[in-house]
Amino acid sequence: MAVNLKQLTQREELLTGGHRACAGCTGSNILRQIMLTAGKDTVVGGATGCMEVVTTIFPYTAWRTSFIHTAFENCAATISGVETAFRSLKKHGDLPREREKMNFIAFGGDGGTYDIGIQSLSGAMERGHNMLYFCYDNEAYMNTGIQRSSATPFGAHTSTAPAGTVKQGKEQNRKDLTKIMVAHNIPYVAQATPFHWKDLAAKVEKGLAVDGPAFLNILMPCPVGWHFDTAIGMQLCKEAVESNFWPLFEVENGIYKINQKPKERAPIEPWLKQQGRFKHLFRPGNENMLEQIQQHVDAEWEKLLKLETKDA
Amino acid sequence: MEQKLVALSGNEAVAYAFKQAKPHVAAAFPITPQTEMMHKYAEFVANGESTTEMILVESEHSAMSAAVGSAAAGARTFTATSSAGFALMWEVVYIAASLRLPICMGMVNRALSGNINIHCDHSDSMGGRDAGWIHLFSENAQEAYDNGIMAWRIAEHMDVRLPAMVNYDGFIISHTADALKMLPDDAAYDFIGKYKHAYTLLDPENPITVGPLDLTDYYFEHKASQLAAYDKVPGVVQKVSEEFGAMTGRTYDFCEEYKMDDAEMVMVILGSSAGTAKDVIDEYREKGVKVGLLKIRMFRPFPVEYIAGKLAGRKAVAILDRSAVFGGQGGPVFIEIRSAMYGQQVPLFNYIYGLGGRDFDLHQVETVINDLQKVAAGEEPKQISLLGIRS
Ligand SMILES: Cc1ncc(C[n+]2csc(CCOP(=O)(O)OP(=O)(O)O)c2C)c(N)n1
Repeated sequence: MAVNLKQLTQREELLTGGHRACAGCTGSNILRQIMLTAGKDTVVGGATGCMEVVTTIFPYTAWRTSFIHTAFENCAATISGVETAFRSLKKHGDLPREREKMNFIAFGGDGGTYDIGIQSLSGAMERGHNMLYFCYDNEAYMNTGIQRSSATPFGAHTSTAPAGTVKQGKEQNRKDLTKIMVAHNIPYVAQATPFHWKDLAAKVEKGLAVDGPAFLNILMPCPVGWHFDTAIGMQLCKEAVESNFWPLFEVENGIYKINQKPKERAPIEPWLKQQGRFKHLFRPGNENMLEQIQQHVDAEWEKLLKLETKDA
Repeated sequence: MEQKLVALSGNEAVAYAFKQAKPHVAAAFPITPQTEMMHKYAEFVANGESTTEMILVESEHSAMSAAVGSAAAGARTFTATSSAGFALMWEVVYIAASLRLPICMGMVNRALSGNINIHCDHSDSMGGRDAGWIHLFSENAQEAYDNGIMAWRIAEHMDVRLPAMVNYDGFIISHTADALKMLPDDAAYDFIGKYKHAYTLLDPENPITVGPLDLTDYYFEHKASQLAAYDKVPGVVQKVSEEFGAMTGRTYDFCEEYKMDDAEMVMVILGSSAGTAKDVIDEYREKGVKVGLLKIRMFRPFPVEYIAGKLAGRKAVAILDRSAVFGGQGGPVFIEIRSAMYGQQVPLFNYIYGLGGRDFDLHQVETVINDLQKVAAGEEPKQISLLGIRS
């Protein structure tokens, strides 16, 4: 099942170049990799957000498969309508071209998924549609100017929770959406990054193969929102995994599996230091915040290990 | 055409009408008084009488979103709602029309919150009157059924491709058993026809992008084409209604005229209240009072010239609105008609009535006709009055 790089490069590109993503955006990498795995017989739905905006602008589209965008909070519901239409048209012999199976993919940013779209997502997952939903998690509302979301990590500077003289960025920890999706008891849930391309391809393949819904949460470093050098987005993905900030794991029919366990976890500080959104944490007096972040990462990792052992 | 005489509630009647269209997909979320319509439909599916795939969504926002997805995929699609449900769909109601998707919707009219109230008024659909849908109104279960058949033909006409809602009054129509004539399934389906999509997401050989970002350079042109499609609706409504009339013997137009030929005074009304008004008009007619009724069936698109023509030369016209426009100049029907009558010297005045299901009784109609007589005799009308309010 696992693909190699050569195979991937020989596949048809379904997201064209020439879209309007920012320099250094890792989101377009995510879309491109997912589409290479999904193939042509796919309908994609995107929630309002950067990835929808940069891949379409009338009269242009970067999509070589069918693509639909309707609004911000309803991508899962929209694709659930498309998927149901497919089943009904097939049953009635009314498809434009006979086909046993098609892939249905919906995506949203963390705002469109963790926050405003969580109801629509939860409903679609519970109903059991054959759809792969993925969140590209850049940890803030980027499209509207880097506002905090419930995926923004503790301490990060955003436009609505800025670091100032009295406040030091976001005051809450991020929501663990991946586990909320696990609690839907759907056949497949996983976390991934675009740097770990082989892992991502395998997860997309699994997610599309299961009978029922699948959910992927994919870290998407954003040079504009996180304030880093456009060259290092992929490096930040790698380090996010090595520091246990963003563990790669999957949950198949309720069974947890951690896909990559760092031999020795890297400290979180160097990762934070490369991102302007955490700059204020390195001011004198904020040492306790750095400590708190490290403790949170470690505690979450311990919880994850227990979930895995429990299953083993 | 032989038709079966049946006793059904308005909700059941519309459920049957929609079933006869053999839709591929229905999205449903419960809200009183629409609930019973979807219960009935779910029974059809559970008993194998319908092969529609139902999406039992977690909210009306998702109901309309799923309906849009389904229609964009090329499936015949419907949903139904009332009041707060329609309000929650709001954003996507516009999108359905903008994407030119011929979704049909049962709109069981109910007051909007707050305060929360489950009974009839038209504030729900009237709030959405500028969203780009076709709005048909019904006086009773028969008309709700008939509109429920014709809506498909109108919405799906290739010149139109716009969503349509069949409005019928909550409880008064939705929950009242009424006698009506139903078409046999085959005849209804033959009339509606097999669904033809204009575009589909489901043909990988011909991929399409639906709903792209659309900015200063093209958005306006897309709105212009939407406006142009709307202009095609009246002609299609008339043609479809004529064909329907020839088949069933029940004739429909943009409006129904009741004792209008020689009427010096006219009441204009929507929905179930027309029945009450007709009864009282009959009494006054016996006394020689020349009063008539214009019942609007198609509120969107608003048949401007048609209505202006029907009201031209009358001595007084009373327009009744079952919804209020806060801070506006009267209710929505009044605003439309006064604008349509611009340049004519016909005295027009407005009543807001029946909000939150307040009973529209014979006494209220008498008040209207008495006022009409005074205005026809030259008295200056009060522009906007509340009818049937506690004193
Ligand atoms: C109902 C609604 N509320 C707000 C917006 C404005 N809006 C558009 S995109 C966006 C942010 C999207 O954030 P996210 O989902 O994280 O995706 P990203 O921009 O990071 O790609 C917001 C707030 C909207 N389009 N619709």
